[in-house]
Amino acid sequence: MRIQFILNGRKTDADIDADLTLYSLLRDKGCLSVKCGCETANCGLCTVLLDGKSVLSCSVPAGRVDGREVYTLEGLQSEAEEIGCFLAEEGGEQCGFCSPGFIVNVIALGNEIPEPTEEEIKEYMAGNLCRCSGYMSQMRALTKYFQYKKGER
Amino acid sequence: MIQARNYVKAESLQEAYEVNQKKSTQIVAGMLWLKMGNRTKQTILDLSGLELDYVTENEEEFSIGCMTSLRTLETHKRLNEEFFGIFRECTRHIVGVQFRNTATVGGSVFGRFGFSDILTCLLALDTYVEFYHEGLIPLAEFAARTQLLSERDILVRIVIKKDGRRAVYQSQRLTKTDFPQIACCVAKKDDMWYVSVGARPERAECRKIPTDGDIAAAAKAAAESFSYRSNVRASAEYRKALAEIYIRRAMNEIAEGGRK
Repeated sequence: MRIQFILNGRKTDADIDADLTLYSLLRDKGCLSVKCGCETANCGLCTVLLDGKSVLSCSVPAGRVDGREVYTLEGLQSEAEEIGCFLAEEGGEQCGFCSPGFIVNVIALGNEIPEPTEEEIKEYMAGNLCRCSGYMSQMRALTKYFQYKKGER
Repeated sequence: MIQARNYVKAESLQEAYEVNQKKSTQIVAGMLWLKMGNRTKQTILDLSGLELDYVTENEEEFSIGCMTSLRTLETHKRLNEEFFGIFRECTRHIVGVQFRNTATVGGSVFGRFGFSDILTCLLALDTYVEFYHEGLIPLAEFAARTQLLSERDILVRIVIKKDGRRAVYQSQRLTKTDFPQIACCVAKKDDMWYVSVGARPERAECRKIPTDGDIAAAAKAAAESFSYRSNVRASAEYRKALAEIYIRRAMNEIAEGGRK
């Protein structure tokens, strides 16, 4: 079947199989930041924005995005660079495998709750697993990032 | 994963119902549980084009479309005001925000999963489910049915009556974001407790217990009325002990908050 959707701000066509997932479609379209880490919809690596909301692309049928708007990390470079700097500064970036999904969800968090408390950050980011950092460095990075964003406003 | 040859995005409920009469059709909602298995089907049926993602309210009830996400239940202001935040409490521990943006209330309810926080929560309230063909039936009646391949109706919406019950939801997990070891929802209306316990790990059920006795005895009686089973997360004995404690705490919390 043919679908049309907006991928990272550009109109995109695709001829897809009925059982294709959004995750596979995005990989086919060259968005290699989107990864599958767990195959059980638990790790958050495949997180993308669908009409502005963070979703697990591994669990969205590709047919469902027809006519809708998808953003992956590839289309969010300026925000990603900013957040990435805070992560690197605090040692929150180690192997880097989980970073794309993590950063996309931080962007979703910032859009939904511009000044999150520590508890709100923890709750919002609970679905992004990281097997190296121990999360403390990520928490420091995000606390500083949101303070910085508040100062910018 | 689920494998299929055709993808039908239904344009009407009638079309969806007709396509769904074939056993080789699979309705895909959030796909979070379905993807965990290996099914080969002829047709994937998608209800996302039918505008079934909504929460509406009138004087008597809330109506929740089957394609509404768990995240909407979690963040819906009026739903949480009316029912004392139990929708936030029963959803916020489920995996992560991305998961809850993807998972639907219809998928949770239709699947009648033993681990379901949503089913446990809804059963303690005066909840109904509306099917396209069968119409409106009490959730408890639907939840008690054995899931059959011949079940080909379409769950359209969930209806929750605003009958003034006060409710508290509590669960315990081995680790944050995991399935619950036990899930309890207690509600009170007039002289009756409504006690729903899920993740036993069997499917949630609800019991009615009069509020005339003392709370400790009522919690014990409620906990003893359910069956429990052991699995990797907890033993049957432990689950029963947990259920009694959480039911009692919920009853105390409701009693201290006064009757609504």
